[in-house]
Amino acid sequence: MTAVSIPFMQTGTLVVGNRLLDDDDRSVQARADRPSSLTKGHRACQGCAEALAARWVMDTAVDATGGKLMVANATGCLEVFSTLYPESAWKPAWIHSLFANAASVATGLAAANAARGRSDIRVLAQGGDGGTVDIGMASVSGMFERNDDVLYVCYDNGGYMNTGVQRSGSTPPAARTATTPIAGTRPGAPFGQGKFMPRIAMAHEIPYVATATVADLRDLEAKVRTAMSIHGARYLHVLVPCPLGWGSASHQSIALSRAAVQSGTFPVFEARAGELTAVTKIRERVDVEEYLRPQQRFAHLFKPGGEDALARVRAAAEANIRRYGLLDDEPRSRVQRQAQEQEARR
Amino acid sequence: MREVLEGSQAVARTVARCRPDVVCAYPISPQTHIVEALARAARTGALGSCEYINVESEFAAMSVSIGSSAAGARTYTATASQGLLFMTEAVYNAAGLGLPIVMTIANRAIGSPINIWNDHSDSLALRDSGWLQLFAVDNQEAADLHVIAFAAGEELGIPVMVCMDGFILTHASDVVDVVEQADVDAFLPPYRPQQVLDVDHPTTIGTMAGPETFTETRYLQHKRFLDAAAVVQSWSDRFREAFGREAGGLVHTYLPGTLDRDRTAPPPGADDTVVVAMGSVVGTLQDTLTALGDEPVRLLGIGTYRPFPAQALREAVGAARRVVVIDRALELGVGGVLTGDVRHALAGTGIAVHSVVAGLGGRPITQEVLTDVVRRGIAGQLGDLDFCDLRADALEEMNA
Ligand SMILES: Cc1ncc(C[n+]2csc(CCOP(=O)(O)OP(=O)(O)O)c2C)c(N)n1
Ligand code: SF4
Ligand SMILES: [Mg+2]
Repeated sequence: MTAVSIPFMQTGTLVVGNRLLDDDDRSVQARADRPSSLTKGHRACQGCAEALAARWVMDTAVDATGGKLMVANATGCLEVFSTLYPESAWKPAWIHSLFANAASVATGLAAANAARGRSDIRVLAQGGDGGTVDIGMASVSGMFERNDDVLYVCYDNGGYMNTGVQRSGSTPPAARTATTPIAGTRPGAPFGQGKFMPRIAMAHEIPYVATATVADLRDLEAKVRTAMSIHGARYLHVLVPCPLGWGSASHQSIALSRAAVQSGTFPVFEARAGELTAVTKIRERVDVEEYLRPQQRFAHLFKPGGEDALARVRAAAEANIRRYGLLDDEPRSRVQRQAQEQEARR
Repeated sequence: MREVLEGSQAVARTVARCRPDVVCAYPISPQTHIVEALARAARTGALGSCEYINVESEFAAMSVSIGSSAAGARTYTATASQGLLFMTEAVYNAAGLGLPIVMTIANRAIGSPINIWNDHSDSLALRDSGWLQLFAVDNQEAADLHVIAFAAGEELGIPVMVCMDGFILTHASDVVDVVEQADVDAFLPPYRPQQVLDVDHPTTIGTMAGPETFTETRYLQHKRFLDAAAVVQSWSDRFREAFGREAGGLVHTYLPGTLDRDRTAPPPGADDTVVVAMGSVVGTLQDTLTALGDEPVRLLGIGTYRPFPAQALREAVGAARRVVVIDRALELGVGGVLTGDVRHALAGTGIAVHSVVAGLGGRPITQEVLTDVVRRGIAGQLGDLDFCDLRADALEEMNA
């Protein structure tokens, strides 16, 4: 009998089915003994990608460390929805102190373990974009600069969601938030403001920086595993759609994450010691509209008068594509070729 | 061994002998000499496996301390003034989490106007933070209090500030007998945390508490805080037995002409004026009273400011005619901060309490100034609130 090789693309999905993989290559989520570090019963909104990403990150980190993991969590949705006394949804050893100090608390945990000869115990810190790029910036930068043995994970939903969706330094330009409302000619969050923390992390020349999304959970898992195989300061920045803050349907969090990547809005890459080492190429390029339109926070871009702002958002995605080399030199697929032809026509 | 040492060096050596696992601090005058000495000790291996961590701010210093203490490590830090305020959010947090961190406060004024010199505004501003506050009268006590602080704090699961006057004690050289390593090892039990992050027995620390449990949380913290006075006293007693000298405790009476404690003095009577003070000014006051000779005046030193030893103070004040508080911190629009606690403790006794605000921002409190204050106190000439040594010329210039 002749064997027919079936490319994965024919499955019609980007997810590699576990049945096709060796046991060792299967996701920790596919195993009977998966840690379930963030258990059911927490109070996250339906479709909260922060909850999804945090479970994958934590399960992978627990698995990678054989359960010898301590976690410091910043104040924010992730903390509030998981630990309302007397309940906790966390299975690993977990501490919450304040909004701005998760990275420093993690340094303290690592120092205690080092002082007491417990180098087998690893430390993870996590927080939202506000707790990381804004109020926690000094703590995070200090932890990076000292190269403390901590993996810091930022769940970026582009705003202060826990307090009711206010603008943060990671809110994308044009997004409507409670503190960047649409008023007259002012189209949401200002252009020319905000910061992209992964590049700031890279400037610290720490051993490992990576970005990821919940559209490719195996990639997220692989990056956590890589991070846990390295010592010193590591940073992982995960884009996490927030149905409440973005005004999107709760079933769209994965699709929006994918559109963010495939439009060039959110670059997915790895960097070591400040140098870019791997980039996830755009596989099926889409226009930013596919990412923006399902989100109420960008609704004004598609109303009369929104054209300029839409063009600027599109230009920013194109700049990302150039800066990170997100497109293959040769189009890889028919779909991609079509997209590029479409673009050329526009 | 008795030797002449700078206060900061005496403190650093004592802290080192308490074998901290983690020391994390950010420099600020007048605390710097203490942390520099510990950094040196850590670098040279004198602190064993202790981790000394340089951080980017006091907020980080306290946050790192929170992490290390929560992971079961004996943790030390030190700060003063602006630094204490900069870490305030984390200071409250450490107490709420029940982490027995020990922190030296090299007491210093708070700006603006910026001023590096001594008063008690910094630690007294954080009197409600849930930390014990122990005050030292001299370098020997400042050093010794750290042993008591680790012992009492760890028994209680409450963090402790050891408060010593900036410059006046931190930078002054005096004869000090630093505790010996073997004696501390015999005295200080190993740190056994009441709640700890442990990968083999994972717990969640630092949950959210809603309206249905927050009051109860605070109530229990309050009860534990009240119990703390007896625990501080008991470690102070044990220290005396083990080391043969006094340190710590609640409210003190002194033998004439010295800072040695007088445990048998009868309580003041109806003719007596009682002067209450805290920190190094107690020594100057004792010199002042000694020089005054046979006047109806008695000195009480407050050794523990938080929890405030109200009952011990009431007993020590006895049936005194009036109380004069030499206060090193001012509550704007109200008066001396310590005075507020004293008035509260003596409420209902009918004893008049006079507040004298003295030595703000490093203004020397001389024996001459104190002699005048005490004389006026005895003569009943003090009001509710007086400011010591106000400079009329400076006031005129600033008002101009
Ligand atoms: C010092 C301090 N300032 C403000 C707050 C209020 N606060 C709590 S969570 C939060 C926003 C969190 O935003 P982010 O870190 O992005 O996390 P998210 O909730 O979006 O996941 C704010 C402003 C606080 N708890 N502490
Ligand atoms: S508000 Fe957003 S981040 Fe917070 S729980 Fe809901 S979906 Fe998640
Ligand atoms: Mg956020």
